[in-house]
Amino acid sequence: MKRLIAYRLLQALLVAFVVGLLTFLMVRMLPGDLAYRIAAGRYGYDMVTAAAAEAVRQELGLDRAGIIVFFQWLWNLIRLDLGYSLVSGELVRDALLHELGHTLRLACTALVLSIAMGPPLGIWAGLRPGGLVDRLVLAGSVVLRSVPQFAIGAILIVIFSVKLGWLPAAGHGRLAHHILPALTLALGMAALSSRVARDATVKVCNTEYYQFGRTKGLPETKVFLRHGLRNISVPVVTYLGMQFVYLIEGVVVVETLFAWPGIGHALVHAIFGRDVPMVQGTALVMGLMFVVLNTLVDVLNRVLDPRRAA
Amino acid sequence: MNKFVPVFFTLLLCLSGLGHSAAPVLSISAPWEITSRDPSKSGFVFLRLNIAETLVNSDPQGKPLPGLATSWGQSAEGTTWRFTLRQGVLFHDNSPMTVDAVLNSLQIALRKPGVLAKAGIKSITAEGNDIVIALNAPFSPLPAFLAHHTTQILAPSCYDAAGNVNKEVIATGPYRIVTLQPPQKVEMEAFAQYWGNKAKIQQVKYLGVGRGETRALMAESGDAHLVFNIDPASMKRLGRQQQLELRSVPLPRVILFKVNAALPGLSDVRERRALSLALDRKAITRAILRQEGDVLSQLFPPNMQDWHMQAAPTVQLVRHDRDEAERLLAVCGWKKNKSGMLERQGKLFQLELVTFPDRPELPLVAAAIQDQLRAIGIAVSVNIANSSEIPVRHKNNTLQLGLYARNYSLVPNPLGSLIEDFAEQGADWGAMNWFNPTLHKAIADLVQRPDPAGDAAQRALVVRILHEELPLVPVAWYEQTVAISKKTANVVIDPFERSYGLADIEWRQP
Repeated sequence: MKRLIAYRLLQALLVAFVVGLLTFLMVRMLPGDLAYRIAAGRYGYDMVTAAAAEAVRQELGLDRAGIIVFFQWLWNLIRLDLGYSLVSGELVRDALLHELGHTLRLACTALVLSIAMGPPLGIWAGLRPGGLVDRLVLAGSVVLRSVPQFAIGAILIVIFSVKLGWLPAAGHGRLAHHILPALTLALGMAALSSRVARDATVKVCNTEYYQFGRTKGLPETKVFLRHGLRNISVPVVTYLGMQFVYLIEGVVVVETLFAWPGIGHALVHAIFGRDVPMVQGTALVMGLMFVVLNTLVDVLNRVLDPRRAA
Repeated sequence: MNKFVPVFFTLLLCLSGLGHSAAPVLSISAPWEITSRDPSKSGFVFLRLNIAETLVNSDPQGKPLPGLATSWGQSAEGTTWRFTLRQGVLFHDNSPMTVDAVLNSLQIALRKPGVLAKAGIKSITAEGNDIVIALNAPFSPLPAFLAHHTTQILAPSCYDAAGNVNKEVIATGPYRIVTLQPPQKVEMEAFAQYWGNKAKIQQVKYLGVGRGETRALMAESGDAHLVFNIDPASMKRLGRQQQLELRSVPLPRVILFKVNAALPGLSDVRERRALSLALDRKAITRAILRQEGDVLSQLFPPNMQDWHMQAAPTVQLVRHDRDEAERLLAVCGWKKNKSGMLERQGKLFQLELVTFPDRPELPLVAAAIQDQLRAIGIAVSVNIANSSEIPVRHKNNTLQLGLYARNYSLVPNPLGSLIEDFAEQGADWGAMNWFNPTLHKAIADLVQRPDPAGDAAQRALVVRILHEELPLVPVAWYEQTVAISKKTANVVIDPFERSYGLADIEWRQP
C-alpha cells in the first residue's frame, strides 16, 4: 500500500509538470495575438481596440520570453502560487476553489446517481442473460451512450422543467439545481457501467465456485451475496476509474449547458480568452483529480480483493 | 429496482418544492457573464442590472437625461464642461456620494481602457458640488460619454491602490448586491435609501447563461421572467407560449462588413457597390435573423432618428440588384471564366471574410454572404475566428473583409462611434485604408462646433458619403428579442442596452 501511494505521489508530480508545460505550450502556439485575445476576454468585443490590446500587453508584460514566463510559473507552483487570472484579475487559486467545489458537488451527485442506476440494472440483466430485462438494458444503454450529452441534457430540461415544471432548467444554488445536470452525466455513465456489471455477472454466475454454491444447496440470494457480489464489484469499481474520463469530459459540456459555474466551464472560457494561468490551473487540477481518483480506485480494489496485495 | 423508481420521483418532487415558498424573486437571464467586478470589464452588467449608475442617463432616443448629475453645461469656447451633482445620494453602504467619490471614480475610469480616454480630456477636477472637465478641444458628445458603463460611480472603498475593483461593488442604484458569484450569478435586493423612485420588486436574481438554447428553455419553463437575446432558432417556439410575450426591439447596432479599400478588387468604389448590390438583405433578415421588422435600406437604423434619413432625397438607399452588380464588375475589368467565377488579368476574384461566433448569427450571415457573392462570381472563403482577429488583422493590414455587428451607440450619441470609426488612420471597427476629408471634417464639426441650425445638413452629408463610398457595407439592422413572462408588467426594453429598467417592473395583478 505504501509503495502504491508513493508511486502515485510521484505520478502526481510528473502530471503537474507535464500538464503545466503542455498547456503553456499549447496556449502559446494557438493562433491569434495574445494581448488582443485577453483584451477581448476582459472588455468585450465592442471595446477591443489596438489601444486596449497595447495596454494589456504593457500591464502583463506579454513581450517577455516564453521560457522565462514558464519557469516563473513553475517556481510559483512550487510555492503553491498559481498566479492571477489575466482576464478577471482574480487569484487563480480562489477562482479554482470556488469552481472546483461546484464541479465536485456535481460529479459526486452524478457518480452516486450512476452507481444507483447502472450496476443494479446490469446485475439484474446479467442474472438472466438474454431475458427481457437484459435486452431492454442493452437497448437503453446503446441509446444513452450514442446520444450526445448535450442532447440528453436538453431532453431532460424539456421533460422535467418545461413539461412537468418540477425542476429548474439551469442555474445553481439550490439542491434541486443539481439533479438535471447530474442526471445528464449519470445516464451516460450508467449506460456503460450497467454493461460492465452485466458481463461480470454473467461471467461470475458461470464460474465453478458459483455453480458449486448452488449445487451444495445455498439459496439463490445467499449464493449471490456471498460469492457473486464481491467478485462482480472488482471490474465494476475498476471501470469506475475509467469513467472519470467521461465525467471530466462531460462536465465541460454539461456545465456550459446548465450554466453551472464549474471547472469545465472555466476551462472553456479561459481557453477562449487565452488566460494562460487559468488554463494551467484548471488543467492542473483536472490532471491531479485523475491521479487522486485512480489512487482511490486502486485502494478500493485492494480492499475488495485482498488477493491482489499478495 | 422497481422500488427505486417511485422513490426517485418522490425525491424529485420534494426537491422541486424547495425554495418555491418564499416571496417571488424576479429572475433574469442574459448571455453576459461577469468576468470581473471592475467597471472597465463587466461594468455593463452592473449598469444594466440597475446596481450602478452614471452621471448622465439617456432617453429611448439617446438624448441625455440627468442621472447622478442634475445639470451640466459647457463654457463659451466649449473646452470646459461643468456637471452639477445630485444631492442626498447614498451609496449602498449608506455612505454619502460626495464630489470626491465621484472624482475618484472618473479619474480611475480615465486611466483605464474605456470611452473617456477618447474624449480628449485634459483634466477632471472638483469645484464645490461640481465636477469640472477640461478638454483639449471642444467635444459636444461628452455628456453621452458620461452615460457609458465604464464611467459608473462607485464608493471609494471599492477600489484598491491600483484603482481596480476586486472585492465589492458598492454603487448608488435602486438595487444593491446581496451575493455576487462570478462568473454567472448576482442576487440583489431593493435599496431602501435610493434617491429616486424605489424598486417595486424587492428581490431580483441574475444568471449569465451563455447557451441560447438554455436561455430559451429557461423562458419556456418559467425559470426566468426576463430572458434577453433569444436566438433566432427559438423565436417561433417561444412565440407560441401562452405565458410569454416575445418582444423585439431594434437596436442601434448594425451587422456590416468592413472592406480593405486598398485591396485590388475592393479599391474601386464600383467594386464595393457591386458587393453591396449582390446582397439579398431581405432574405438574410427574414430567413437567418428571423426578424419581421424593417429590412436594412441605409446604414443607420430608424431608431437613430437624427441619422436615419427619413425622405433621403440625396442618399442612394442600398438595394438588391444582381444584374447591376455584374455590370459594374464587368466595367471594372472582371470577366467570368468557364466555371462562372470572375477573373481579371488571369487572377481569380477571391476574398476572405473574417467573422466570429460571439453573436451566433454572424457565422450564418457570413455563409449567406458567401453564397450571394458566389452567385455573381466572387469566391469568398469564410474564416470564423475570435472577435479580436478583426482588430489584429486590421493592424497587420491582412484583413480583406471583416463581418461584425457594430454598436453605433457605444455611448448614446452615435458621434462617439463615428469619430472613432472614420479617423484618419482608419479604425479597428471602422474604415480600413479609406479616408474621406469631407466626411472627416463634417464629423469633426459636429463634435467640436455643434450648430443646431446646420447639424442636420452635416449629418446628411456624412450619411451620403458613407452610402456613396461604402467603406463599410451594411447588411442588416439588429433586433434584440426578449422573452417576457406575463407575470410581470411595465417591462421596458432600452434600445441602448444601458438599463433593464428593473426598478419599474411590477408583478401583474392576477
